[in-house]
Amino acid sequence: MDKGNSRSMIYLSIVVALMLAILPLPAQLDAFRPDWLTLVVLYWVLALPHRVNVGTAWCAGLVLDILLGSTLGVRALGLAVVTYVAAMNYQLIRNFSVWQQAVVIGVLTLSCKLLIFWAEHLVSDIILMPQYFWSILSTMLIWPWVFLILRRTRRHFGVR
Amino acid sequence: MKPMFGRGPSLQLRLLLAVVASVSLIFLDSKLDLFSPYRVFLNSLVSPLQYMANAPSQLLDTVADKVISREQLQAKNKELEHQVFLVRSDLLQMEHLKEENKRLRQLLGSPVRQDARKMVAEIMEVDSDPFTHQVVIDKGSLNGVFEGQPVVNDQGVVGQVLRVGSTTSRVLLITDNSHGIPVRFQRNDIRALANGTGNLERLDIPFVPHSTDIQEGDVLVTSGLGGRFPEGYPIAVIERFEYDEGMPYARVDAKPVVPLDRIRYLLLLWPGEAGGPSTPVPVNPEEREVSELPAAEVTPAPSQSEEPSNG
Repeated sequence: MDKGNSRSMIYLSIVVALMLAILPLPAQLDAFRPDWLTLVVLYWVLALPHRVNVGTAWCAGLVLDILLGSTLGVRALGLAVVTYVAAMNYQLIRNFSVWQQAVVIGVLTLSCKLLIFWAEHLVSDIILMPQYFWSILSTMLIWPWVFLILRRTRRHFGVR
Repeated sequence: MKPMFGRGPSLQLRLLLAVVASVSLIFLDSKLDLFSPYRVFLNSLVSPLQYMANAPSQLLDTVADKVISREQLQAKNKELEHQVFLVRSDLLQMEHLKEENKRLRQLLGSPVRQDARKMVAEIMEVDSDPFTHQVVIDKGSLNGVFEGQPVVNDQGVVGQVLRVGSTTSRVLLITDNSHGIPVRFQRNDIRALANGTGNLERLDIPFVPHSTDIQEGDVLVTSGLGGRFPEGYPIAVIERFEYDEGMPYARVDAKPVVPLDRIRYLLLLWPGEAGGPSTPVPVNPEEREVSELPAAEVTPAPSQSEEPSNG
């Protein structure tokens, strides 16, 4: 497979993550919806930090802002900052086991969510519900599977 | 080994650029509202994703429609016919009352109530920002939807259109934290405001003096004062009226009449544009022009099992 085509797998996975982020879920499960976009972007940052970093994350976050109808730039900011942290420490995080990585992903998701909350709180009066943080748990639990699927995809298509 | 970040600006510079860009976007969008002209374009750009996310539930709906049995259909048809019969008999009276009302208003010298054009919209099942109460509907600027357009359903007021795309739009619900609506108490015509609280079950009525004549169970209807919502649509029912002598105002809570977490079909209103003079029974379900009903006489939709009440 030629290079341009294999690289489009990155963007395809981001588009799939965006779709999963707005997919309807039953009300009971909705609070536990994993942060798909954060997961996918962080995987690519750890795997190919020279290819996917702050710029890509910022653009993906902006699209999610438009999709969710929130203030523009809120999720772009959160995602760009945690991507920076991950890209700075990618060699360290890569050496962790998958479950240790899940903990790191959990911390990064938490900081992303706090940044989003803080930015939204500055522009409008919003109310923080405890459910807002429940999804961090599901994000951590689902990381190993996202990691395995995306690694297989990356190796299969030879994304570099 | 590839040189890491060999090309382009360094990671720190990229982060700086991203943060500056986001902060200026947030500022321009929320404080100056610079992007509303481009929102139509942006929303149209992402609407394919929304349609794709909505596709599985749409598919399930279609399958459920296809596998319905003949007996079920017959039973449903019978029930609907029965309801149409009842609703029609109510409408006979309605026409008469409307004429009478028009004459009385002319006698009083007050302006005759205008009819509104209506269009049915369906809620698309896509997720929204968890901090706000919004829903996405399947009608957009191509259908003539505009920003600030009032949205109701068969039970009462739902909200108003916040952002428009070419084929989808966002509706801000009345319970959103940033939403306020001018209301009137149906019993004694007291005017007030109803603010959203971020809780789907509660509206807050601020600045009500202790001595105001309010009772639990009072019905709030739109007063039409803001010029955005037409007059007379039910909004909420008073659930709690408490006052503490130490506080300057009473505490009044109301519960929206529409179960906002279980809505599916909405009606978009064009208040200025008159519908047909009086078309008692809608012919085309997609774009029907029904004359506007006063609050107390809104009849439940055929989809509900309860008997239509005559207000």
